Amino acid sequence: MTTYIFRRLVDLILVLFGVSILVFLMIRLIPGDAVAIMLGANVDITPERIEALRRQLGLHLPIHQQYLTWLQSILQGDLGKSIWTGQPVSSEILARLPVTLELTALALFFSLICSLPLGVMAARARGSWSDTLIRILSILGLTLPSFWVGVLLLLVFSLYLPSWPTIGYVPLREDPLGNLSRMALPVVAVSFPITAGISRILRSSLLDVLSMDYIRTAKSKGLGSGIVLYKHALRNALIPVITIIGVYVGYLLSGVVVIEQVFAIPGVGRLVIGAISERNYPLVQGIILMITSFFVLVNLLVDIAYAWIDPRVEYD
Amino acid sequence: MHVLSRLIHNRVGFTGFILSTLVISAALLAPLVSTHDPVSQHIRDRFEGPGQEYWLGTDNFGRDVFSRILFGYRTSLIISFSAVGLAALSGSAIGLVAAFYGGLSDRLLMRFMDVLLAFPIILLAIGILAVLGPGTFNTALAIGIVYLPIFARLARGPALSVLSWDYVTAAWALGASGRRIILRHVTPNIIAPILVQTTLSLSTAILVEASLSFLGLGTQPPTPSLGLMLSESRNFMLLSPWVSIFSGLAILLASLGFNLLGDGLRDLLDPTLRDVVT
Repeated sequence: MTTYIFRRLVDLILVLFGVSILVFLMIRLIPGDAVAIMLGANVDITPERIEALRRQLGLHLPIHQQYLTWLQSILQGDLGKSIWTGQPVSSEILARLPVTLELTALALFFSLICSLPLGVMAARARGSWSDTLIRILSILGLTLPSFWVGVLLLLVFSLYLPSWPTIGYVPLREDPLGNLSRMALPVVAVSFPITAGISRILRSSLLDVLSMDYIRTAKSKGLGSGIVLYKHALRNALIPVITIIGVYVGYLLSGVVVIEQVFAIPGVGRLVIGAISERNYPLVQGIILMITSFFVLVNLLVDIAYAWIDPRVEYD
Repeated sequence: MHVLSRLIHNRVGFTGFILSTLVISAALLAPLVSTHDPVSQHIRDRFEGPGQEYWLGTDNFGRDVFSRILFGYRTSLIISFSAVGLAALSGSAIGLVAAFYGGLSDRLLMRFMDVLLAFPIILLAIGILAVLGPGTFNTALAIGIVYLPIFARLARGPALSVLSWDYVTAAWALGASGRRIILRHVTPNIIAPILVQTTLSLSTAILVEASLSFLGLGTQPPTPSLGLMLSESRNFMLLSPWVSIFSGLAILLASLGFNLLGDGLRDLLDPTLRDVVT
């Protein structure tokens, strides 16, 4: 187990190293003069200002040296300065990150709560209408654009329930109820694909488990079907669900970036879109790097949790 | 033809086949079928509901929603097909090369694919578009890069096992070249899952394209684009909800069509893959 964790850590560092190179190359790959593009329509561009920004970004150094300097400051938590405000990029991101993470966590929680009963129900009523239903639901979940669901929810609520606060954000600490009621619609919109996916996986893994010998033993010693299902079968059936959660967190992060735009939620999704339109590349880099590192870390934790829960996992 | 005739008997696959054929025809025949010019404005007819003149209503500039959806399909499909085509061809090539040469090139190529997979999809596409700038071509390129690792991984695994089969060893012994082994002996054996994945990826690429243009990073106005239509429609949602409803529905139908088709193809070509590839 320790060797396994160690190897996964080495993997993680290698992947993060690759991610950092790609994110680093972003500014350098911009066609044309990145610095001139960043300063853009600004009227008072002087050669001095261009030169100053070039130095601030370290663009005057040879490329490998640029990378090393950049990496060094990243590792010290310095993601550079925002081109326009001069604020450290890291503090701008950290101010917005909790909003995005809250939305992601709530959506994950909500999808799990909905998909567990759905998956169990579908497995129990195997071969009947519920089979068809779960197949339709899972395909719809994969193909429904969550931002459209968001727009429709917005439309329905502003027409029929205008008192419901649909847009904007209030911090959880200031007004928990206001926060949650504003989060509700985006959470529902973004959870759809995940709920569908988890239900489908749970259904098929539950069907696999239910056909195993130990379940037959449990049944033949006279245990009720409820106990067999929830106490014996469900635990093992949940293992594949755990392995897929890492992937789904990635889907959720993607969905959340878009849904923040629909509901005017001030998370990193809105921040990155704003940063792109302002050509504030250090901020764009910082956001992509931070969210991706978070995603990679979640996947590591999921892998470890999986190995810990299921001793059959091969550690190679 | 063989697969096609079997597809007709597969309910899910056939529905997908019909839906995606409709969507593709809508895109191809847009100039013939559309009732209005997709960009011309009829200011007097703003916010019209669906009716005889404007089948699906009009938007805030009095543009015909039906015609805009048809031309929107064009943009959407051009981008999705080129993106997935690029990813399927280059990705499979990467997977095949990695499996064939093994060793260091295998490790380096697949590591690079792992790095691409480490990014949340939309975020990677956003990053690439931030560098390249928005536009139809760049969006296709960005989505193509995002989808590369899916195909590289998909091709590598089966290619590795095919390469160890006896008949490949026999081909080697008969003096076949590496090129011939890859193209004649390995590729035909791994084509089925790649074909299935291509169809399924088209379904999600349509959604990614719509998300990117919804965010304002993909197709730029005045080119009609479904994501952009949906995004703009939010400004006059209460005055004329039709645009929001129909543009989103159009995205759903296209994505649904290719997903069902892929699902059906999977049942036909490779039943063992069910519930594995999602």
